Amino acid sequence: MKFAVISFPGSNCDQDVCHVTGEVLQVATEILRHDVRQDLTDYDTVILPGGFSYGDYLRSGAIARFSPIMEDVINYAEAGGLVLGICNGFQILLEAGLLPGAMKVNDSVKFVCRQVAITVESSETAFTGGLTRGETLQMPVAHQEGNYYIDPAGLEQLKADDQIVFRYLNQEENPNGSLADIAGVCNQEKNVLGLMPHPERASEKILGSEDGKKIFASLLDYLSSREES
Amino acid sequence: MTEEKVWESEGLTAEEYEMITAGLGRQPNRTELGMFGVMWSEHCSYKNSLAVLRSLPTEGERVLQGPGENAGIIDIGDGQAVSFKIESHNHPSAIEPYQGAATGVGGIIRDIFTMGARPIALLDSLRFGELDDEHVRYLFEEVVAGIAGYGNSIGVPTVAGETFFSPKYQGNPLVNAMCVGLMDQQDISTATARGIGNPVMVVGAATGRDGIQGASFASDELTEESEEDRPAVQVGDPFREKLLMEASLELIKTGALVGIQDMGAAGLISSSSEMASRGEAGIEMDTALVPKREEGMTPYEVLLSESQERMLVVPRQGKEELVKEIFKKWGLNAAVIGKVTDDGKIRVYNQGEPAAEVPVRLLVDDAPVYQREGCRPAYLNELQEFSTGDFLAKQKKNRRGTDYNQELVKLLTSENLAAKNSIYEQYDHMVQLNTVILPGSDAAVLRIKGKNKGLALTVDCNGRYCYLDPERGAEIAVAEAARNLVCSGAEPLAVTDGLNFGNPLNPEVFWQFERAAAGITRACQELATPVTGGNVSFYNESPAGAIYPTPIIGMVGLLEDLSQATDQYFKEEGDLIVLLGETGAELGGSEYLKVIHDRVGGKIPELDYIREKSVQNLCLKAIKQGLIKSAHDCAEGGLAVALFESCSGNSRGARVTVETELLPEELLFSESQSRIIISLDEENMAEFSELADKSQAGYQIIGRVQGRTLKINNLIEVEIEELKAKWQAALPAMIN
Repeated sequence: MKFAVISFPGSNCDQDVCHVTGEVLQVATEILRHDVRQDLTDYDTVILPGGFSYGDYLRSGAIARFSPIMEDVINYAEAGGLVLGICNGFQILLEAGLLPGAMKVNDSVKFVCRQVAITVESSETAFTGGLTRGETLQMPVAHQEGNYYIDPAGLEQLKADDQIVFRYLNQEENPNGSLADIAGVCNQEKNVLGLMPHPERASEKILGSEDGKKIFASLLDYLSSREES
Repeated sequence: MTEEKVWESEGLTAEEYEMITAGLGRQPNRTELGMFGVMWSEHCSYKNSLAVLRSLPTEGERVLQGPGENAGIIDIGDGQAVSFKIESHNHPSAIEPYQGAATGVGGIIRDIFTMGARPIALLDSLRFGELDDEHVRYLFEEVVAGIAGYGNSIGVPTVAGETFFSPKYQGNPLVNAMCVGLMDQQDISTATARGIGNPVMVVGAATGRDGIQGASFASDELTEESEEDRPAVQVGDPFREKLLMEASLELIKTGALVGIQDMGAAGLISSSSEMASRGEAGIEMDTALVPKREEGMTPYEVLLSESQERMLVVPRQGKEELVKEIFKKWGLNAAVIGKVTDDGKIRVYNQGEPAAEVPVRLLVDDAPVYQREGCRPAYLNELQEFSTGDFLAKQKKNRRGTDYNQELVKLLTSENLAAKNSIYEQYDHMVQLNTVILPGSDAAVLRIKGKNKGLALTVDCNGRYCYLDPERGAEIAVAEAARNLVCSGAEPLAVTDGLNFGNPLNPEVFWQFERAAAGITRACQELATPVTGGNVSFYNESPAGAIYPTPIIGMVGLLEDLSQATDQYFKEEGDLIVLLGETGAELGGSEYLKVIHDRVGGKIPELDYIREKSVQNLCLKAIKQGLIKSAHDCAEGGLAVALFESCSGNSRGARVTVETELLPEELLFSESQSRIIISLDEENMAEFSELADKSQAGYQIIGRVQGRTLKINNLIEVEIEELKAKWQAALPAMIN
């Protein structure tokens, strides 16, 4: 099994994700540069980490999506490859059109970093197969643009196709004012997931929560059973 | 401007101009005068503080690098080291708060990775006027946003800090930022230019006209016209600095470097001349070769520009291409602008034409050092004579049936004691996956990946104490910082000091500075925590007068066993609560006097080193033996506030009974030093008593963790959840 973490200029959670998948979960993980075209087919999962790609001076993720390697990520996703975008990675997936919707600045207009409670809304993805619908997870968020938005028709579509994967537990737990308390969505094919909370920050007991590890554990279970079959 | 007073525009005195002329044997040209202006500014030369700073203890077993470099370095074992330093960015933040604070963070981060260390944490220590003033609210919000904007983007967590409000900081906020980095000892780098013929290179961002004379600007008082100095404030680009950091650390790992220096205050001229001074060499360079982003810049402008995110590096000859290659990979400039020479001179050309030629010695080492006169301020007699005992007795007659619950609520919702989560939640305090104890407890604790060790970090200073007694106030700042680390389970190792004062030419201000330095010296000797570096910021005055003397102490501690990391929060119903140390009638300078009676005065708390050390040793021993579950320094606001804080984290109640002859106000709110509140399982009490009985700390069991209310004697009974909500809502309510 082998994971790829894409490092854009300004990514700052690439090493963190690599630490969790590589050291904690013991999956071979490689960090790939944004500016080198890559055949990604050999990787079992591609992760777009958090950070401030290109400083987020324009809309978050708006420049990163033009990075050469994004063409390979899009090809990989369209071929059914598993793609996980965390925080800035989620924003990049939205900008790249791999996920529906858009991100606005938090209602508070401020950066927010704190632990929040989210609920699992769908266990129909490779990332949440080991979780049960309605299960609550404790995970940190850290962002200024996490206010997810989609038009009413789009929202209906998301609901109809079971694409809302995570929600903040309630309005108080919602750190950014996102529509319908949405914290994470997937594409229709369910192989691409983006979420604002940071599962890699909740994958070791010493850091206060291991709930994020459950997402990675689901992923590993899915991949192991795929390898066996 | 008349020709005779040309020095004034560079912030120099007539005597200093004489010294320059004598040293050069001729009159300096305009460019040279500009070089002296910034290099002999307080900011670069420490001319008014050096004589006093020499007394600070700077040596210790663990010190690998003391003051004089970009940052200090201490040994933490296993071949690893920690580099750390605090720096102020007060004046820029007063004028342009967002960029001032942001570039303060950027500057201190550069100081750390210049040493070869990867920055792993930031701390901030902030002072503002009172929040009922609209301009103060603007400064406060923008400073916090600026720190967040830079630190969050570059990916260095801001893990601890302090924020204090007083009218004394009304026109002159303090913005001090501390950065901590981790490295392998083999990667330690220095800011030295050596080896005749080695190339001198500028790497990172291109140079523009921003921040010219920023160092001189920082060495002057703020006036009504200071807003016009806005161009002297630089603009930060954390994205570029992230790239610069990665490129610099990669370059340092190659071993190709002789020296590397941040281009901070006074830009190219200070970095080049300081590197040459340390290497006892000279440097010649051509300003035309410096990558620029503006047309037609003069040598003067190129030398003095404070454009951010640049470094000066001296690689070994033949390694120029390697440097360029690494920086190109990160999308950054790298250009050879000159070379190291053997004649001890800074020689500047512009397209081959001589522009300046100055001996390094004269520019750096022979900068004037002044022995300023200090004089005990007149205000002190009146303030220290104020007797809190008499005052309270008088109050007692006038007031019957004091509601202590209300007083506690009033304290906890006052700006200095209110919860600070609305500040630190704007900072990414978790990135890099090391933060084991989050902001809000006594000290932040970071793990060191791959080891079972941890670091504890804190910043501390009570400016009001220092105003009333600069020497003991500074001693208390050191003692409290150490106590904070001990409460977290760490052994205190070393200090960086951020010394913020008014105009040193005012003898009363200089006296405050001298006394504070003496206090730090004494306390650091007693507690065996050497000073490895720091920063002096003078001229913190506004039309309203000088700030409170504010010697901020940043301290780093080591946990040999990370599993011993301890926070301040009560954990389980039924646990015993024990107070280490002793409460005295010490309300002088307290939050209680200020908030409840609007008084600043009296004698500040005593500091008895025997007791202080005994309390710290006992607490640390008990943590190491796994006897206790929480530990919290009992400080500003006194016992009642500290107990509430310990209750707040896990929303636990406490029932506390203290037999005492003190007045209720004194029992609840006295700020006696050397006290720690611990909680422990009753099963461990016997073993703890055995330890404690051998110690001179003094202790008493004062109660139990119990229920959902905090009850102290028959004086206080408050619902924790309800009070916590008010405590957390207080600061945001003052902003909106």
